[in-house]
Amino acid sequence: MKPAFAALLPALALAALGSPLAAQQAVKPATPAAAASTAAPADEGLTGSVTDESEWQDLGIAIPTFPTNEMLPTAADGGNTEALGRNLARVIYGDLKNNGLFKPVGPDALPAIAYGEVAAPAFPNWRARSAEMLVQGFVKSAPDGRLTVGCYLYDVALGSELARQGYVVKPEEWRRAAHKCADMVYSRLSGESPFFDSKIAYIAETGPKDHRRKQLAIMDSDGANHRFITNGQATALTPRYSPDYSKIAYLSYLNGTPRIYVYDIGTGRQTLVTEGKGPTFAPRWSPDGKSILYSMAIAGNTDIYRVPAAGGTSVKLTDSPGIDVGGSYSPDGQKIVFESDRSGSQQVYVMNADGTNQKRISFFGGRSATPEWSPRGDQIAFTHIAGNLRIAVMTPSGGEMRYLTDSWQDEAPTWSPNGRIVQFFRTAKSTGRTAIWQVDLTGRNERRLNTPVDGSDPAWGPVLP
Amino acid sequence: MDRKILTTLLLASGLALAGCATKPKELPPQPTGATTTTTTNPPVTQPMGPMPGSQADFIASVLGDTILFDTDRYNVDSEDQGILQSQAQWLARYPDKRVTIEGHCDERGTRDYNLALGERRANAAKNYLVSLGIDASRITTVSYGKERPIALGSDEVSWAKNRRSVTITVQ
Repeated sequence: MKPAFAALLPALALAALGSPLAAQQAVKPATPAAAASTAAPADEGLTGSVTDESEWQDLGIAIPTFPTNEMLPTAADGGNTEALGRNLARVIYGDLKNNGLFKPVGPDALPAIAYGEVAAPAFPNWRARSAEMLVQGFVKSAPDGRLTVGCYLYDVALGSELARQGYVVKPEEWRRAAHKCADMVYSRLSGESPFFDSKIAYIAETGPKDHRRKQLAIMDSDGANHRFITNGQATALTPRYSPDYSKIAYLSYLNGTPRIYVYDIGTGRQTLVTEGKGPTFAPRWSPDGKSILYSMAIAGNTDIYRVPAAGGTSVKLTDSPGIDVGGSYSPDGQKIVFESDRSGSQQVYVMNADGTNQKRISFFGGRSATPEWSPRGDQIAFTHIAGNLRIAVMTPSGGEMRYLTDSWQDEAPTWSPNGRIVQFFRTAKSTGRTAIWQVDLTGRNERRLNTPVDGSDPAWGPVLP
Repeated sequence: MDRKILTTLLLASGLALAGCATKPKELPPQPTGATTTTTTNPPVTQPMGPMPGSQADFIASVLGDTILFDTDRYNVDSEDQGILQSQAQWLARYPDKRVTIEGHCDERGTRDYNLALGERRANAAKNYLVSLGIDASRITTVSYGKERPIALGSDEVSWAKNRRSVTITVQ
């Protein structure tokens, strides 16, 4: 059979998945590894609910090693296609498990499967293991070194296939094939848009509280492929990936004063976002990547400006005697949510993208800061300050405010590409140490991200094409 | 009315204090051991006092290099005015010297806003110096937001020390 695929991955070439050929016997004698239970703790009190995820959240998903048709050397992790097949399954397992979305069982706790089984699963064996869902796949290496990865999702109880995709990747991009597979599984089972195949820019922090070294760094959504962009000699803050991941706008004290630079990842060159006189901070991209918002202080008064990303004349969008700062576009680019203290304290306002019709939307008591519009458009995440700093969400009209976190100091939310998860950073009292955390829109599945050193100012980019 | 008188009094006292503070350094050429020098026998042949116009001289001459702010505020109160007046006197004495004023915030605010607030505080201090006759072109400002605390605790006392502007001479 020659299944047709919906279009995907111009970057990762699409593979046509035939049944991987096979004359192979059944599953190896099942080592009695516990399949469907990794003893997950019960829910730890949720604060409100958006949509009930429980139905798909507790699904047991088995993800055995992806077999290969032929063991060949590869430049990808593992050194050969057989070892790579295990690494692929591990990445998929990590994606689905670490985000608390499912209860997967990975390749290290499952028997290997034969290559021929990939498209013809031994359903009775998986039923015996109480697996409800099954993710199988294969990996092949072409003479030019490119890898073909197949990804199949099966409903074990029904004994039927739910989805399949194939990806052709360069060896160094092998993890993207795994993320795309995890995205396929996640999307098919949850009905939500994918998000694993995406990247995060953030600030890596080291050193004592009064001498923090702050470097611009990037990583994949699961923390892999970590890379420092700046060396920390100049303090770097508040990065934002351009929507196509080709550039990062961020603040640097490179020349002694805080200025926004636009760093080109391909060339390693950077330019000032504006030649304007005052210090600039709080950079934000428009959803189409064509404009950058920045905030600039002139004689102590901060306002928000918009400048073409390719360079050009800045347009001043706000003009209040207070501090107007930040700004986050609605996904359609029509509106901007921003922060202003024109009323006497930090509050959240919405305006049209041209700066007209500025209206306050936060009326919760305390202060409301760092608003970020969800990529889905239906929510605005922000930092609520009333004693402690906490992450909260509200609708674009300022309704239905809900806290997502409750800690001493959580700030600077950024959305997952599908608008289901909010990342932020948490500062520890006294020590000032920081870490990046994330939480579901439901307030559940709060967890800390693994970064090589402390981390702050996360900025999650869109799903890669 | 009362308030006006009070302000005037405070201003006067501030000036008086500033006057006091400048006294020791009216005799800078004299290498007599200032309070800052230790009692060790000096083999050094150079004069002990800070070099006129230097950062050390600035620190020795003014009431303080730092003024403090209330939470989320940036107004210069009477105590701050006294300190800034002493800085203005020093700047008047060394008309070729320039200063940078750093604006800082405590850790209990969001990053972007604190950068803006620090800039506002540095400008408040600058504006007061300018109102005392110092040429604005001699004063630059830089905001460090909450990036450079001097008091490291997470408590009201530390936060109060960190909400500050600091004047530093450009050498």
